[in-house]
Amino acid sequence: MSKNNIERISGRAPDELRNVSIKAGVIKNADGSALIEFGKNKIMAAVFGPKEVHPKHMMISDRAIIKCRYHMMPFSTDTRKRPNISRREIEISKVIREALQPAIIMEDYPRTAIEIYIEVLQSDGGSRCAAINAASTALADAGINMRDLVTACAAGKVDGQVVLDVDDTEDKTGEADMPIALLPNTGLITLFQLDGNLSKEEFDKALELAKTGCDKLYKLQRDALSEKYFDGKNGNKEE
Amino acid sequence: MKTNSVERKYVMPGDVVIEGDHNPIANVIKSGNKIISTKIGMAEIAYNGVRVIPLNGTYIPRMDDVVIGKVADMNGFAWEVDINSWFFGILTGSAVFGRQFSSSRDSMKSQFDKGECLIAKILSFDRTRDPLISVSGPGLGKIKEGEIAYITSSKIPRVIGKKGAMIKLIEENTGCRMTIGQNGAILLKGTDEARTKARNAIKLIGNQAHTSDLNDKVISLISK
Repeated sequence: MSKNNIERISGRAPDELRNVSIKAGVIKNADGSALIEFGKNKIMAAVFGPKEVHPKHMMISDRAIIKCRYHMMPFSTDTRKRPNISRREIEISKVIREALQPAIIMEDYPRTAIEIYIEVLQSDGGSRCAAINAASTALADAGINMRDLVTACAAGKVDGQVVLDVDDTEDKTGEADMPIALLPNTGLITLFQLDGNLSKEEFDKALELAKTGCDKLYKLQRDALSEKYFDGKNGNKEE
Repeated sequence: MKTNSVERKYVMPGDVVIEGDHNPIANVIKSGNKIISTKIGMAEIAYNGVRVIPLNGTYIPRMDDVVIGKVADMNGFAWEVDINSWFFGILTGSAVFGRQFSSSRDSMKSQFDKGECLIAKILSFDRTRDPLISVSGPGLGKIKEGEIAYITSSKIPRVIGKKGAMIKLIEENTGCRMTIGQNGAILLKGTDEARTKARNAIKLIGNQAHTSDLNDKVISLISK
């Protein structure tokens, strides 16, 4: 039973993203950085490296290793979050690392480490997608060789309706949440998770919807980088 | 295809620079018959191939580059020099004292101590080992006076300019002597005022390296 175009809690249309803004190069001490505001999410990503590997036994002789840390600030949630790295943060660090890894040309930096630090200043639903967008912008800002940027967006099912970009309230009341990350120029998917149940038709629709969301976010990532490097001239990309 | 014209455009990682049979030179990868950029920068399509001049990134040591570094650590056999790259440059004792070097006889500290700066040349580097550096040669050795300014290493060619035009322009107009390290460190020697002017000029080049008429901008900044 699918009702058409019922009102979402936030008042958005089913295929509407939250307000997103990305800014590149916000931290001077890091080699590359980005700040993303994704609805109520506020996430900062900083990239250091390539640099020497510590501890030394983790070094790989023919390629770089990638260290990724996703962390939520104690004040990022409604009730204070303990500042220790939780099980959930370890898991998200891993999926973000694996989502970014295919884009980075690790063979260009043998015996080095590339460190990605992600801090969630304020959290809402979909923080892993927002974090991936920020981290890939920060990687490009750090001048690390990449095959492509990485763009992430979620789709899901709320009140029987397939919607784009599930936020926190919708995630709790809804039936499914499906974050994906992809390389926008080739369309290769690097992160795929599905929490909940979707029928075959709903799944196809949700995947299509998430891809359109990724397209919009890719443009915003490009805007953020071209603002910093080309005075707002948007590369050579045809709009 | 025209032989001497060079086509330029801004690119980001993942952008297709050009399609067709071209020779990838630097910061691009070939995927099928597409040439794809791997960095943010200015793509140059010339008759001999395609390259991207990056606008950011860490310095990658190359043989025979002159670099400016700071002694970060030392042991009985070698100095580790911070050359603004992924690895420390290794200056061996025998490169300074000669073949007869013996760690018991020669005092390492008599030559370079921790925190001292030096101008050196990269002897070898191939990413499998730390870069080896040497201080024997004209103009190389310990830095005794001056100050060091930093810029992204990919912008060093703009500081030098065509056949040294920019460096000459800054030196003549400020009275400040500059020694350029390919790792993005520039040694400035001169009066306080001269150094400040030169430092500001370098900062301007760092911010506006990708724009045209850089010469005029630098002149107007210095003569202010």
